[in-house]
Formats: sequence, C-alpha cells, structure tokens
Amino acid sequence: MLKKRIIPCLDVDRGRVVKGVNFVDLIDAGDPVEQAKIYNSEGADELCFLDITASSDDRETLFEVVKKTAENCFIPLTVGGGVRTIDDISRLLHHGADKVSINTAAVENIDLVAKAAKKYGSSTIVIAVDAKKTGNKSWNIFTHGGRNPTDINALEYCIEVANLGAGEILLTSMDRDGTKIGFDNELLSTVSSSIDIPVIASGGVGNLEHFVEGVLKGGASALLAASIFHFGEYSIKDVKTYLAEQNIAVRI
Amino acid sequence: MKLVIINYGSGNLHSVHKAFEAVNNNLENPYDIVVTNTPSEILNADKLVLPGVGAFQDCKNSINKIDGLFESLEQVVIGEKKAFMGICVGMQLLAEKSLEFGEFEGFGWIPGEVVKIEAPADYKIPHMGWNEVTFHNHELLNNISQNTDFYFVHSYYFKTKKNENCIATTNYPNPITAAVLKENIFGTQFHPEKSHNNGKQIIINFLKWEPS
Repeated sequence: MLKKRIIPCLDVDRGRVVKGVNFVDLIDAGDPVEQAKIYNSEGADELCFLDITASSDDRETLFEVVKKTAENCFIPLTVGGGVRTIDDISRLLHHGADKVSINTAAVENIDLVAKAAKKYGSSTIVIAVDAKKTGNKSWNIFTHGGRNPTDINALEYCIEVANLGAGEILLTSMDRDGTKIGFDNELLSTVSSSIDIPVIASGGVGNLEHFVEGVLKGGASALLAASIFHFGEYSIKDVKTYLAEQNIAVRI
Repeated sequence: MKLVIINYGSGNLHSVHKAFEAVNNNLENPYDIVVTNTPSEILNADKLVLPGVGAFQDCKNSINKIDGLFESLEQVVIGEKKAFMGICVGMQLLAEKSLEFGEFEGFGWIPGEVVKIEAPADYKIPHMGWNEVTFHNHELLNNISQNTDFYFVHSYYFKTKKNENCIATTNYPNPITAAVLKENIFGTQFHPEKSHNNGKQIIINFLKWEPS
C-alpha cells in the first residue's frame, strides 16, 4: 500500500534554518544540512526546503546548502522559495533538488507550470499554494510569501495547475499557519477531492491527532510540518507510530 | 573497473551520481565512476547506469540528439553483455514502445510496452511516494526483505510481455512492475537513489552483480 508521507519543512534564510510563525517572527534553529541529516536518519519520507532569502545576492548560499544536503540525504528533496524561471529550476535540480516548488511565479505566469512540467516532468514540479479563507468553502490565494492578496480562487487555481501538468500541490492554509490548531481540513478535502494529483497538507499542525485528521478529514497524500519537529516537541518516529496505531499506512 | 552513468540531461542525474558515489566509497574495490555521454567512454564501461525522469519521448529525444550515444550503449549492453541498470524512465526506455503522449519506440531490449497506470478514481496519479515491493529472489535483491518500501514517482509503467522479465512488483491497487530483468539488463521503476538505506542496498547489489 502507498504510504502517507511525513515531510519536515525547513525555512532557510541565507543558508540558515529559521522558523516561521504566521510568516514573521523568525527564530534561528540551526544548520539546514545537519538538520536534514537528522530527519533523514529519523525516517522522514521527504525533505522540503523553503528559501526565504530576500536578497538575490544571498541566493548562492542556498545552492550550496542544497548540494551538501543532496550529498548526505538519500530521500527526495523539494526546494522552493524565489523560484521564478526555468533557469532557477534547472539550477536547483542541478545542485541536487529532486523537486522544485513554485509559488508566486506560477500565479504571475501560469505558462511557467506547463513549460516546467514539459521540460522536467510533472513529478519534478510542485505548485505551492498559500490560501486564505474568504467565505463559505471559498479560499483565495496569496503570493509573495503570504504578503500579497489576489482575487484568484484557490480551488480553481489548483484545478488549472493540475491540468497544466503540476505533479503535486503543496497547500498551505494562511489562516492556520503557525497557529498549531490543526490543518484546514475543509480546504484540503475541497481541493484534494477535485484534482487527481497528490495534495501535501501544510499549515497549522500542532499535535499528533492533527496529522491523523489531515489524512482522514483532509484527504492529504502527505503531511508537512516545520516547527513541531524543529523544536523537538515530536519526532518523525512519534508521528509515524501514532499514525500506524490509527491504521494509517506509513513507512516505519 | 569503470562504471558509467549516462549524462543526457536527466533531472535525477545528480542524485543518482551522489548515491552511487556514497555506496561506491564503501566498497573494498571501488569503481571508477564516470558521468558522461561520450561514446568512446561508454564503449570502455564495465557497468552502465541510465537515469531518467520526465516524459518518455523527451528522454528518448535527448538520447538521440547525442551523436553515437545509443549506438555505443547498444554495442556494450547488447553486443558485449555488460551489466546495465535503468532507473525510472531509464528503465521504461528498455521497452519496445511507450504509449505516453502518443506512441513512441523504445530501445526494444525487453519485450513489452509502457502504459498508463490504471487505478480507481480515488487513487492519485502520479503514483508518488513509498510503496511496498515484492519480488522473486535474485542476487540483485539480496539483503532486502519482502514488502520493503521504495520511493516511486510515475504515471506510466512497464508492462512486460513475459512474466519472467518482471522480477518485482508493487500494488496500486493493481500490480505494477517495480523491477525488470533480462540477462545483463536490470531496471527499477522506483528510485533507489531516493529510497534511503534499502535503495543503497539495491545499488550495492548492482555494483557486486556479475551477470553470467
């Protein structure tokens, strides 16, 4: 049986791991390569790096981090943040990323999704969507790391990028991010039940039960979390053991 | 001994290279690992690895664009029977044809065709993530337990004409070919380079393998 994936996400700023609470208030939490090695040995199913480096001058540090991580971790590595062009994707893949996640650039230029999927294969292209609730069963997407609102309906956008060849949707609830009150399972299930490609749940996980709900109520194929792993509240193994006890298939 | 990893611009080249290097460094008699697309280097290879991600036809075109690449591969693998391993699309290319986005010819080294995964509507496509593999005993699967999880990412799979060429399967929920074997030609649909310690074990097995 295909396993539900547990994916620790590291926010990286100028080559260092930071934690985001509602995308602000950053706290330094260490060296990404060292953290990646720990997650790799603990049984993480994939790793995700989100580069939040503001200055393009500092972007080179990310490539080094990706390269070193890929040399040490033999599980899939997704890298996102500031990916704007085919050339950006190419460089990340060349440095050892297995998948690249695209957020703002895909909203601004939807053709990029089709072009990237055609060039590197759908399985390489993750579309990251930051969604905020606007009404009953309705969410709009935000760009630029959650700073800029748009009029774009999240569900319609997810369906469109799936049709254009995206391999996966990384779906973050802006309302839940950093709150630790659980995933927005209504958002997750609305999107997941409308598209064929896998949906990765993100934003709001605070305890073990939240992971279970993300699968059973949200219909997520994979569960992404940041702070609860970094600060040692739960280990990857804790999460997997708990999911297994609830009869959810995980790789132990 | 020289192991050649074929470079035709495949997205997983770097990952494959790093995983083979990590395993190779721990061998008593490590291989000289070369990443290349030069026919003269390929003709001198003792073992070959063909990575691959993306669409079948794009990979095939990329190979065809490199002068003499396919011909040198064919000479070493079919003519001289050197050990060969294809990964993901690198394995699918061994088929006679693929039905992905049309109908395209493969290498034709193993009879069969590449077809879309048929699964019930509530099964996500691509088949992405860790799934259990069952297999027929073979030295290429030494030190791997039945039902071990490997990492898969694909929407099409290699339906072999002969059962004997399919040495491992996974279920989604229908059986899907996970590994193929014909004489000196081995291929995995899953990504050993991304399958942590069990993936490394597959690479060790391949490096030790001496097809008769």
